[in-house]
Amino acid sequence: MSTFVRSIAGIGRRTLEGVSRMGYATRFFFAVLLRSGTAFQRFGLTIREIYFSGVLSLIIILVSGLFVGMVLALQGYETLQTYGSEEVLGVLVALSLVRELGPVVAALLFASRAGSAITAEIGLMKATEQLAAMEMMAVDPVARVVAPRFWAGVISMPLLAALFSAMGILGGYLVGVVLIGVDEGSFWSQMQAKVDFEEDILNGVIKSVVFGIAVTAIALFEGYDAPPTAEGVSGATTRTVVTSSLAILALDFVLTAFMFRGIS
Amino acid sequence: MNRAMLDLWVGIFVVAGIGALMFLALKVGSMNTVDAKESYQVTALFENIGGLKARAPVKSAGVVVGRVSSISFDDKTYEAEVTFNLDKRYSFPTDTTASILTSGLLGEQYIGLEAGGESVKLKNGDRLKLTQSAVVLENLIGQFLYSKAQEGPEQEGTTNEVQ
Repeated sequence: MSTFVRSIAGIGRRTLEGVSRMGYATRFFFAVLLRSGTAFQRFGLTIREIYFSGVLSLIIILVSGLFVGMVLALQGYETLQTYGSEEVLGVLVALSLVRELGPVVAALLFASRAGSAITAEIGLMKATEQLAAMEMMAVDPVARVVAPRFWAGVISMPLLAALFSAMGILGGYLVGVVLIGVDEGSFWSQMQAKVDFEEDILNGVIKSVVFGIAVTAIALFEGYDAPPTAEGVSGATTRTVVTSSLAILALDFVLTAFMFRGIS
Repeated sequence: MNRAMLDLWVGIFVVAGIGALMFLALKVGSMNTVDAKESYQVTALFENIGGLKARAPVKSAGVVVGRVSSISFDDKTYEAEVTFNLDKRYSFPTDTTASILTSGLLGEQYIGLEAGGESVKLKNGDRLKLTQSAVVLENLIGQFLYSKAQEGPEQEGTTNEVQ
């Protein structure tokens, strides 16, 4: 009986812990926003972080974008062929990349490539008491360390998503037109006729900005909140990838429901 | 890594990202939402719009001249009221006929405009009087079956004679 009671108490405790951690995360998020003046005044700090989270993620984003587009074209062609409408292949590839796969897959890759690195870095800074040392020197670690990384992530994410989509469309073109032999003219013209700048491309960019905010905020918070031990940092890194992937997919559903409701 | 290299790489990254966005905007998508400033609004009542949707193109002689902005139901005439924006560069006479057409057998539906002979041109807020509804495939099949059934017995007679 006592184990039963204890397990129920455990559920309650974990729920309370989760909710109060959520509150702490929200407080942390607003603290970052309020103290991001330094990130813009000393923009060199932010540029350095854009290099580490954005530029170094380029390879993985470009290569996976290319392959995702190629697979989309192959799979799409198989299905469209049975209806004799191969010429809408370009529309299929472009719309699925620009609306969904570009922002979502780029954000997932960004979370595992850059988010985990941010968490590990800040977690180790905390474990080796570098953050505490900064506070001793009257340097605000949130303004000096956290905020530049946050803005770097927010700036990098839409650019990475756009590059992912562009590479994917290029991959779709390579497989669809060059390899399979779909008519090039109808590939591009159908795409242009069906993809709208505001409805599709701009909404994709908005999505990727939201994902960028979510991923970097989660990564920074997990790093800042990590227990200052080797185990704590490794756990925080894992949590960053898991939580931000789930957050991306959940946010994607909400945003899609908002954005594309009026189309059909 | 020194500062200059860092700036260079971040610069390359930002330029490539903006380039990708430009590629998406210009090559993949098109700014085909007709700008409100450069267009005028015209409405038309249709008995049946079929599967016409907002943002569907308005074409004349096959050229896209505008886009459907909204569709609503008029409960006085029990007809569908379609509002569409036409490009300012093109003007049409007031007796223009608007009909709902389908591109291909199963393709998307669009509004086709056929100019009349009037010398007065359409202006913002005008309503087209001559409209032609969408062809509903079910009704068409129904009519076909009905007329087939009427001529049915006669045909049976002819086949009997052949036999």
